Amino acid sequence: MKAGREKKGGNYISARDTRRISRENRKITDACEKQHRRKNVPESEYVTKMRDPGNVVEFDNVHTYFFTDIGTVKAVNGVSFEIPQGKTVGLVGESGCGKSVTCLSLMQLVQRPQGQTVSGQIRFNAGDRVLDIAKTPAEVMTGIRGSRISMIFQEPMTSLNPVFRIGAQIDEVFLLHNPGMKKKEARERSIEMLKLVNIANAEGVYMMYPHELSGGMRQRVMIAIALALRPRLIIADEPTTALDVTIQAQILDLLRNLKDRINSSIMLITHDLGVIAEMADFVVVMYAGRVVEKGTAEDIFYRPCHPYTIGLMESKPVVGRHVDRLYNIPGNVPNPINMPDYCFFRDRCKFRKEPLCGGVYPEMVRLSETHEVACYCSEAVLKYDREELFKLLGKDQAEEGKA
Amino acid sequence: MWKFIVKRLIQGIVIIFLGSLIIYAVIRCLPTSFVEDMARQRAAQASSVGGKSYQEWLNQLNQVYGLDRGILPGFFAWLRKAVRGDFGDSWKYNVTVTEKFHEVIGCTLYLNIVTFLLELLICIPLGITAARKQYSRTDYAITVFALLGISLPTFFLATLLKYVFSVRLGWVDMYGLVGRNFYKMDAFHQLLDMGAHMLMPVVTLTIAGLGGLTRFTRTNMLEVLNADYIRTARAKGLPESRVISRHAFRNTLIPLVTYMSYLIPSMFSGSMITEQLFQIPGIGYTSYQAIVSGDIPFTMFYSTFLLILTQLSLLLADIMYAVVDPRVRIH
Repeated sequence: MKAGREKKGGNYISARDTRRISRENRKITDACEKQHRRKNVPESEYVTKMRDPGNVVEFDNVHTYFFTDIGTVKAVNGVSFEIPQGKTVGLVGESGCGKSVTCLSLMQLVQRPQGQTVSGQIRFNAGDRVLDIAKTPAEVMTGIRGSRISMIFQEPMTSLNPVFRIGAQIDEVFLLHNPGMKKKEARERSIEMLKLVNIANAEGVYMMYPHELSGGMRQRVMIAIALALRPRLIIADEPTTALDVTIQAQILDLLRNLKDRINSSIMLITHDLGVIAEMADFVVVMYAGRVVEKGTAEDIFYRPCHPYTIGLMESKPVVGRHVDRLYNIPGNVPNPINMPDYCFFRDRCKFRKEPLCGGVYPEMVRLSETHEVACYCSEAVLKYDREELFKLLGKDQAEEGKA
Repeated sequence: MWKFIVKRLIQGIVIIFLGSLIIYAVIRCLPTSFVEDMARQRAAQASSVGGKSYQEWLNQLNQVYGLDRGILPGFFAWLRKAVRGDFGDSWKYNVTVTEKFHEVIGCTLYLNIVTFLLELLICIPLGITAARKQYSRTDYAITVFALLGISLPTFFLATLLKYVFSVRLGWVDMYGLVGRNFYKMDAFHQLLDMGAHMLMPVVTLTIAGLGGLTRFTRTNMLEVLNADYIRTARAKGLPESRVISRHAFRNTLIPLVTYMSYLIPSMFSGSMITEQLFQIPGIGYTSYQAIVSGDIPFTMFYSTFLLILTQLSLLLADIMYAVVDPRVRIH
């Protein structure tokens, strides 16, 4: 690591260093894997209590690292937030900020053995008991996945297995989590699910292969699979990114209605702020593996406080407001291998105030009952009016453009 | 589907026709000529008695064997008989070609089927294990083993095996299909004796073939394991073993089946070197001997047989492809 840090950028590492790093990594990951694969783990190790019984999931200082040959990537670096029962929580941030890894950690689907949740608690209220997902062994986890927590993926075109019929793929969920269920009964319930997601020719689709369906239809099938067992939490990882806008609206509508019908929570991941505004009750903004701001949708959309959130809001087009060029946040995300020890956003920040911002990474500051932000300047930022803030940003960029 | 099969069959017939024409032309142009050798021998034998000269013998023999015609007429003369199933007599073995073929094919088939099954049994599990534990010690060990299999030439491997197991340990005979006391044994011991003689050739062929199939399985499995639908299967809550055996394996099968269909023709031709090394009287050994002595009827029969087999296995590959992959089914 030392040599890597000397040569700036960290991606140029000598072969010897790589070997040493990969040896060290193997030691760590082997230990994690051994821990993970144990059989008959006593329940006391992974059963905990929720801090607030009204929540379905509580992320508490979760760290998920990837141990690569050029160093450790801290993809999720101390994330804390909670998902209340029956609510939709939106997770936003740019590509690579750790949104997907956060939800994969919750499912224990992070690419093993390189990816490991090394510390923190992910408390999940499974109904009959509360599990700490970070410590739950693989055996127990298979019973949770698909029945209590289910997931809808980004790419409907490739998320269904091409060699099995749609019916078989939905039946599988029923048969897997209800041992002893008859094939015929599973079939009936699958067709019922297909009807529920507004597929007209349910019996016909049941016998089809994925390649015979369009993207929107496949995403409906994915939703049918995800909702089949009425999970307590649905993770939707950019469910509409690959779809066109009309279908996107239909799918979101469907998701929202079904969520209310089976009373579960949704964890919605997207970079589309419009989708978040429409769907989410709470919003969590992530940047470089950390939560920079969280609050209700109103907090985030009307009173954004973190300079990054403000930048995000400003960079989306608004109907009725005329701009020549949309705002873009200057600079790049810091190198994920050598994260700075100060605020990760400092080097790109418009509101930076020396020496205030020179300190260590800022703690979360509570602005109201629901609104929290990790920024030294939040109070200073708060004093501005919203329009004034945006103008301030816009002016800077206009000047840069001229220069 | 039927239309497709018929179309492929017609294409196949054209390819077989052209292929056998090329082979015939090449054989006729080869410097080794069975007839010339024979004429030289006869002339040498007869010269003392004052018989015919080499040239006279050559002309006479050319006429007898039908080599006085040009390449094209010669080919069509062969073809006219061949389509009726008459492939003529083997010049070297002095029996009909088909009779000789029946005599030796069993040996090769037995050798190759055993090898093929062994390869499947070893390679597919090895490849899957290597893919599941990518970049682990197991994976590296399997890769090194597979590369050794690919890199070691059969003649070296055969020699090594012979040295260790025949010369040093003396467990098995070095050459041949049957032992010295074969005809004195009862049926059961005859079978055992043949089995023991087949052992080294089978091991040689298996090790030589292991690498390719293992690497192929590993690569495909890796590709499938990174696919989105595998993540979906895991997200459904399937245990890892079911994810591998059901969702991943069915998809890995698609390229594997195609690969295996291509292996069918090589079953009849690929063991040529090994049969030669162990002097197993199989089709490889026999046809090699036929080719070096310029035996046109046998060589033609063997090549045409391989051509037909290749065409059929390609067709089989396409059909199998449709069986395992619903996306390529033609309605």
